[in-house]
Parts: sequence; C-alpha cells; structure tokens
Amino acid sequence: MGFKTPLYDNHLKMGAKVVDFGGWDMPLHYGSQIEEHHKVRQDCGMFDVSHMNVVDVKGANVRDFFRLLLANNVDKLKTKGKALYSCLLTAQGGVIDDLIVYYMDDQWFRVVMNAATREKDMAWVNAAAKEFGGLTVTPRNDVAMIAVQGPNAKEKVYQALGEALRAPAGALKPFHAVTVGELFVATTGYTGEDGFEIILPSKAAPFTWQMLNEAGVPPIGLGARDTLRLEAGMNLYGSDMDETTTPLESGLAWTVALEPADRKFIGREVLDKQKAQGVPRQLVGLVLEGKGVLRNHQKVMCDGAGEGEITSGSFSPTLEQSIALARVPAAVKVGDRCTVDLRGKPATVRVVKYPFVRNGKSCI
Amino acid sequence: MSNIPKDLKYTKSHEWVKPNADGSITVGITHHAQDLMGDMVFVDLPKAGTQVTSGKECGVVESVKAASDVYAPVSGEIVEANVALSDSPETVNKDPYGSGWMFRLKPANKAEVDALLDAKAYEALVASEKH
Repeated sequence: MGFKTPLYDNHLKMGAKVVDFGGWDMPLHYGSQIEEHHKVRQDCGMFDVSHMNVVDVKGANVRDFFRLLLANNVDKLKTKGKALYSCLLTAQGGVIDDLIVYYMDDQWFRVVMNAATREKDMAWVNAAAKEFGGLTVTPRNDVAMIAVQGPNAKEKVYQALGEALRAPAGALKPFHAVTVGELFVATTGYTGEDGFEIILPSKAAPFTWQMLNEAGVPPIGLGARDTLRLEAGMNLYGSDMDETTTPLESGLAWTVALEPADRKFIGREVLDKQKAQGVPRQLVGLVLEGKGVLRNHQKVMCDGAGEGEITSGSFSPTLEQSIALARVPAAVKVGDRCTVDLRGKPATVRVVKYPFVRNGKSCI
Repeated sequence: MSNIPKDLKYTKSHEWVKPNADGSITVGITHHAQDLMGDMVFVDLPKAGTQVTSGKECGVVESVKAASDVYAPVSGEIVEANVALSDSPETVNKDPYGSGWMFRLKPANKAEVDALLDAKAYEALVASEKH
C-alpha cells in the first residue's frame, strides 16, 4: 500500500487502474491511455499531480539561497508569480531533481519537485538551507495539485471554477502564476499544450475535481501523461537525467545559467569545465522508421560516432509511430540514421530535433 | 475483473483457444493479458502456412507499455492470421475473445488441445498471479 493523494477515491470511482508510482498509488489510466492522450491534444483533460512535492521556502535572504542552490538563475524572476524551470545539482554537477520555482514575494519562493525523489530532495534542501541560515522550509502536505491541459482547458476551468478566475488567470503569460482566493493557478504543464496547473487545499480537491469533470474535463492517467510529455520533448527525471548525468548532457543546457560568470551555484565548477572541454554526450530525439516500439535502455548504434542509449522510448499516439529520447555521442547530428536493437532485430531510427509535437501539431 | 469464458481452453502464457467445427482452433490473448498490457499499438502475427511449435513464440503484441510474445498453444500449421489487427491493434483490447482473435491453427495432434487448461484452471492461475 502506497501513499494516497486526496483524489484517490475519485480515481477509484472513475474506474482508474491504480499503479505504484514512486511510492504513491496513482491512476495509470481510466480505460484507455491512448484515448486519454488524444483528448488532451484535441480538447482537454485533468491530471492528479498531488503526489508532487510542493515546498515553501521563506526568509529575508531567500533569493540569495536559490541563486546558490539552482543551476538556473532566479534573478530571471523579476515579477511576482513568475516561474522558472531548473535542475538541482550535486557538487559534481549531477542532477538531483528538476523543479519549478515560483517567485511569490521577496521573502517567499515556492518550489515544486518530483514525488519519487521527495526524500533525497528534502534532505538536500534542508541541509543547504540550514547551512545558509535564516530560512524556513515547509513541505506543503496540506495541498493538492490538479493539472488541466489541452486547447480547451482554460475555458473549461473558468466554466467549472468560476468566472472570477478568467481575468486574473487569463491574463497570465506562459510560466506565470497568480493566487485567486484559495487557488494558486499557474500557466505551467507537462504536455506541450495550453492549460493550468492548480495548487489548492487538499480538502477542496475532491470537489474541485468533480466540478471540472462535470464541466466536461475527463481524468487522464500517468500513462498518457508520459506519452504527452515525451511528444512535447520534456525530460523525465530518473529516465532522461539523474545524478550520473549533467544537465548539459541531458538537453537541459538552456536551463543552466552560466552567465553572469561570478554567480556561484552548486555544481558550477563541473559544468564550466565540461563546457570548456566539450560536452561528450547529448540528448537527441529519435523516430523509428518502421513498426515496433522503442523502449528505455535499448542500445543505439551510431555509425562512426559510437554507441548511445534510449532514455525514454514509447509510442507516440499523435504521430502514430514510435519516438524516443536518447543519450548519444556529441558527434551525432540531426538527420543521421542510427540503428537500435529492437528485440533482437536491427531497426533504423532517424535523429530529429525535439519537441516532436507542440500544441497538437507534429514538429518533425 | 475476471472475464474468462467457460467454453474456451487456455494456456499458462495467457492465450485462449477455441476449437472450431473444421478441426482448426482459433487463438487470441485473454482479457486478463490485454488488461495487463494496456493499449495495444502493434500486432505481429505468423503468416498462413507457418509451422509452429507448442510453447514457442510465434507472434508479438506491443502495447504502449510493453512488448510480449504470443506463444503457439499447440504445434501445427497456421491457417489464417487476423490481418485486420495490423491496422487496428486496439481491437485486441476492445474485443479480445471476438474480433480481437489472432490466428487460426490446424493442430498436428488434437490431444494437445484437449490437454490445455479449462476455464476453471485458468481462473485459478490468474488468481494465483495476483498474489
């Protein structure tokens, strides 16, 4: 028996197939994960992401703390409610977790981290905060989180949760958040579609979920969440990067702020050195040209460049073929053909630039 | 959620077998198997005329989640494959005992068919796997 989110009973009532995910009993699908995937691309759907770890960090020097803690630079957060995606690194530059940090006010930053890494994240953040001093770190175990995603998601949220949301939430640019009453509404997501991620009191979650469903928002399980994020070219922690890889080798160089050069952050030395010497490996997109499905950990043979490995392989319901993210030698280029050992048979894959799908449309 | 028709035979590897009047058998994968695999995206079946051996893999089903071999329940010759599945693999999820059938096979030895699990034995197998 794993941890249960406040929406667990809702999932059972809606016919979810429940699986363990990082110690949590979570819905895999409610019938068909491919149908759920299409609903999000074509209309909208809602995800229970209450297993994610919402943590509030407060203190007069909270900005300085995150400037040191994160590979991305929180100085990019100039207006209240602005969000930033970043990796949390070890001193060796390995990725402890990826997260979103929100600038709430000058003494309060909010981070949302992964569920499966909760223990080590908290140990790391608590230890760093203690050493830094003057901070309080509060895991928000009293909140739930619902992501509503898809081209019609925002409209359905206003219908379900009240017109009062339309003006403040509708005005948000991507990667911003606003607090409206008890709801923290952010224009973030993990699908490559428009929509919101809503943090709300746990007690309000079952009712809110029901209101959304009555407004025509179907529930979507973790199965579709994975194929949606893969099509959107978004990394999954533990698959596409972990403590043995740096963000530069994981397609996340855009989240590492090496400028200004005088900002010290944990892991910086290794990244500076790696950048100066040349990053040996890179994350690329793969498209399987024939039938079959690429799977995690399959070997990728790249003529003349060496070998790589698939980090996330699955079937793309939108493209109706198999796609993958793979870590391959730096010499591999977009347009190259590589070979993957597919259950004992060699299969040809094409190296592509990802995302594979954005706002419902193919990018490859 | 056990859906195990009484009139079929079963294998330990989760295929179902239906004896036909002409002596051939129709083979598919069980409701339980498709439920474990989730949404099917590819089905690769043996061609008519292929000789298959009892307990050996003769096809592959792939879902979003996983790939799994399909095993020949008995030895014999493939008479017909359900080619419609290559365009609509989801039929295996929607109707595993009906239009989601995979192939017809002419058994080399009818006794092998009789020796397969009956519904009760298969139900016990599924129940034991859940623990």
